[in-house]
Amino acid sequence: MYTEQFDPAAAGLVALEATGLGKRYRRGWALEECAFRLPAGRICGLVGPNGAGKSTLMSLATGVSGPSAGTLRVFGGDPRGGRARRQVGYLAQSKPLYPRLSVADTLRMGRELNGDSWDQGRAEAIVRGGDIPFHARAGSLSGGQRTRLALALCFGKRPRMLLLDEPMADLDPLVRHEMTGVLMAEAAESGTTVVMSTHTLPELEGVCDYLLVLAGGRVRLAGEADELAWAHSLVTGVLPAPGAASPLDGHTVVESTTSGRQFTAMVRRRGSLAPGPTWTVAEPSMEQLLLAYLRSPEASPLLTPSATPPAPTHLAAKDHAA
Amino acid sequence: MITYQIERRSGVATYMQIVLQTKQALRLGVLVPGDKLPTAKEVVETAAINPHTVLKAYRELEREGLVELQPGRGTFVRRGLGSTDAASQAPLREELTAWLRKAEEAGLDAEDAAALFDACRAEVYATADSPSQAGPTHP
Repeated sequence: MYTEQFDPAAAGLVALEATGLGKRYRRGWALEECAFRLPAGRICGLVGPNGAGKSTLMSLATGVSGPSAGTLRVFGGDPRGGRARRQVGYLAQSKPLYPRLSVADTLRMGRELNGDSWDQGRAEAIVRGGDIPFHARAGSLSGGQRTRLALALCFGKRPRMLLLDEPMADLDPLVRHEMTGVLMAEAAESGTTVVMSTHTLPELEGVCDYLLVLAGGRVRLAGEADELAWAHSLVTGVLPAPGAASPLDGHTVVESTTSGRQFTAMVRRRGSLAPGPTWTVAEPSMEQLLLAYLRSPEASPLLTPSATPPAPTHLAAKDHAA
Repeated sequence: MITYQIERRSGVATYMQIVLQTKQALRLGVLVPGDKLPTAKEVVETAAINPHTVLKAYRELEREGLVELQPGRGTFVRRGLGSTDAASQAPLREELTAWLRKAEEAGLDAEDAAALFDACRAEVYATADSPSQAGPTHP
């Protein structure tokens, strides 16, 4: 049970750490000067518009390709090394399975590819939870069943970190809920660090406790979801007259819009921001916060302390500890 | 056993929904002292929510003395929540009714009165809803 589990985040383990990370393709920089860290044991939403660098980051973290600049470390090691590769599970959006293999043979393949680290019981339990017949061919399964089988393959590997690229994109709402439940239950049992990219922002609410927001190849937001939300306020009210005091004075405005007499602003608070006679102050939802940052690429990035990599001078000491 | 119904878009933090639903179950007698709460794994499998959220809710309930986390065994109900003691609340109810009558005479409609009540409630019951007051956000 989860409460008895060793808590990887409390132990200070870091699943992913990027410093000065860049990746350049022929068309230009897909990632540029990225610095962030993801503590182990978190369920992290990887968010950004198309072309933001999400897939590039995943391919670097799985060791499929190497960086053009800077470093990315997976549990303190090079993601291209054998150790890191065994620790990382990856589920591509296409959920690649061999259509002609039966479910049982697909799991057998997982066992043969992963050797001693393979957990057959766990993989079978996930498949059984969906009433999938073991003799069925992978190609004959429904979308939800395919996702379940692919998740079983991933978790059977017993990864310390699981990277999921748009895992729920092609599923109906019912199956999506069921698969999210399977994913959360497995993460709860093993303390697996999960990174999932998505375009569907409401999907993240209640699921992710950590956020990494990329735009234009750079980090925009990184940190605990509730701390990021807590640092911001959504202010709505009557537009102050030119020159008059504004409730936004002294705070960092991420995004503001006006319509007629009304203004709405997402602000990063500096000090307190109380409701006033002509404006209200609310805590933004995760979706409101993400939309504001995605619409405002010029807003300065925000990383919470746990998401901020140590200054380069401390790097040597930390590496030694890891 | 209790099953939590999580509403993602309610605006109420997920962990607070678990706290409130547990308290409601204690008030109704759905849960009684000695009962075991579902494990984090059981909750997240049906509710499709983050496991840390469940633990945060259980820690909050423990902080309030309602449940006990027994390492290796699970989370157990320590005490129930007495359903409202009507007799002791009668005077408060009278005062509140009298106040509402005054509010109506002063021209407040039901929504105005509710908004005023909510504002005052927020002042008096400085909520345990903020991360700083609910203890560390993360284990």
